[in-house]
Amino acid sequence: MFILKLIFKNAFRHKLRTWLTISGITIAILAFGLLRTVISTWYSGVESSSATRLITRNSISLVFFLPLSYEEKIRHVPGVKYVSRDCWFGGIYIDEKHFFPNFAVDPKNYLPLVPEFLVPDDQQAAFIRDRKGALAGRKIVEKYHWKIGDTIALKGTIFPGTWEFVLRAIYHGREKGTDETFFLLHWDYLNERLKKTSPHRADQVGFYFIGVTSPNLASEVSQSIDKMFRNSLAETLTETEKAFQLGFISMSEAIVIAIQMVSFVVIIIIMAVMANTMAMTARERFGEYAVMKTLGFSARHLAVLIFGESMIIAMIGCAAGVAATFPVAKAFGQALDNYFPSFNVATETIYMDIGAAVLVGLVAAIVPAWRAIQIRIADGLRRIG
Amino acid sequence: MNSEAQAIVEIRNLSKSYRRGSQIVPVLNKLTFDIGKGEFLALMGPSGSGKSTLLNLIAGIDKADSGTIIIGGIDITTLSESELAHWRANNVGFIFQFYNLIPVLSAFENVELPLLLTGLSRRERAEHVNVALSIVGLADRMEHYPGQLSGGQQQRVAIARAIITDPVILVADEPTGDLDRVSAREILDLMERLNAESGKTIVMVTHDPRAAEKAHVIKHLEKGVLNVHPETHF
Repeated sequence: MFILKLIFKNAFRHKLRTWLTISGITIAILAFGLLRTVISTWYSGVESSSATRLITRNSISLVFFLPLSYEEKIRHVPGVKYVSRDCWFGGIYIDEKHFFPNFAVDPKNYLPLVPEFLVPDDQQAAFIRDRKGALAGRKIVEKYHWKIGDTIALKGTIFPGTWEFVLRAIYHGREKGTDETFFLLHWDYLNERLKKTSPHRADQVGFYFIGVTSPNLASEVSQSIDKMFRNSLAETLTETEKAFQLGFISMSEAIVIAIQMVSFVVIIIIMAVMANTMAMTARERFGEYAVMKTLGFSARHLAVLIFGESMIIAMIGCAAGVAATFPVAKAFGQALDNYFPSFNVATETIYMDIGAAVLVGLVAAIVPAWRAIQIRIADGLRRIG
Repeated sequence: MNSEAQAIVEIRNLSKSYRRGSQIVPVLNKLTFDIGKGEFLALMGPSGSGKSTLLNLIAGIDKADSGTIIIGGIDITTLSESELAHWRANNVGFIFQFYNLIPVLSAFENVELPLLLTGLSRRERAEHVNVALSIVGLADRMEHYPGQLSGGQQQRVAIARAIITDPVILVADEPTGDLDRVSAREILDLMERLNAESGKTIVMVTHDPRAAEKAHVIKHLEKGVLNVHPETHF
């Protein structure tokens, strides 16, 4: 208890210096936490993907479509439970700044595949019934103050023209990390209009969203589907939803790596600042350490004092940084909700914050503790007076 | 040495030199003398004569090049660093010129500090500290911090810290060097009282002849050789 009291008193002997160092650690931990949250958000689609969902796309590239005729063939592959035709619609609401993902799907087969989308039964039925109907996530509904029955107009980019949809259903995410910014429309409605305006683009599907009866069958089903369409005009590539998502992320891997690097650099910088603080502190107290050694205190006691002081400063900074991370992340998420639909601070991020602070505290104390232990008592006493 | 007193410190052929660059500077040259139990010894001599070095060697905070220092039957020149630390904690009380109190600890806590190395309970430590601070006349200032005390009061706290573990020997390096005349006299009176009433063996380095007068034995160190002062009184 006495030693703990002494450590605390030592830590706040130079109040300004200590509080500045704590502020630095707080900002570093906050920055580290936010950057780690950006990375975890980047991978959130992968984390929330299901092991029983597969995606079949054109093996050349996602931008090439697949024939509608594949749907029935896929449905008959053993192990396949649901098949939904799916297509990136790419419509723009108001202007490009108001981005949200929008897909044309087959509602009857799509909704059973996404149990994480909670839709009231009556709304679900209304959405399935109305070919011009749309299903939207809670976040965008709240953002644009939409109500059931509202007509929402999207400007087509891939499919030209203005497209009007009636909001028939709103979904809530089952999990905290579920993306609540999706806007879903009927693929049949899209196809109907294409038949009139661009017949050569009709009866084509962007990709098939497939549900299998068991995760164990995912590999087997994938191989069967791809084998079935080998040497056809549109060969397929079937992969798990997770692999599909990772494929997307790999396109932006350089950015993710850069963010990771910056997050570690932030910690290295604060480590240097903290080490400087502890070096100054220890240098000023070499006389006191010599006195304590004279009184019989051992190297272990001095190490406890120096490491303890360093850890207290680091952990106070860490606690403040972690506490600040939540409101700042919330504000950050709100400001960038177009790009980060679920910007939540993960528990792992907090553990990483604490780990980083412990590392900073320990590393910063190593050299000062070593020097304090090594100093000869007579030399230390000469520094006083 | 008082011929009637039993030797508590036996120094034999003690030599110490320092390295200054490539040069070796001898400080102590084969010193041999004893310090009797309960003796109050003053070490005098010009600056650089090796008085503080000798004091440090007796206190076990520096290592000799050769020779032996036997204190209370233990040859401290053979002890390792950790053994020496343990030995110092139990056998030596230190009084420094600049008091060397920990500024963030109160007078009570500064005196309590050496007792942390003992197995005493918190209550037992408090009892010891109260007694020690009463002896030095600072029972009413125990909650004060060093910065709130005068130089003389700080030195009395340092003396309380030195005697708290009931050491075999007290070593004092210029204990009055940073004090005014009145405070210096109070400190010397206190040390004299500790020597007379508690039988503490005291080895004091001083430049001040008035301080040295309080000692039973005055030894002069010059060029690494020790001479007994003619004014030595027992």
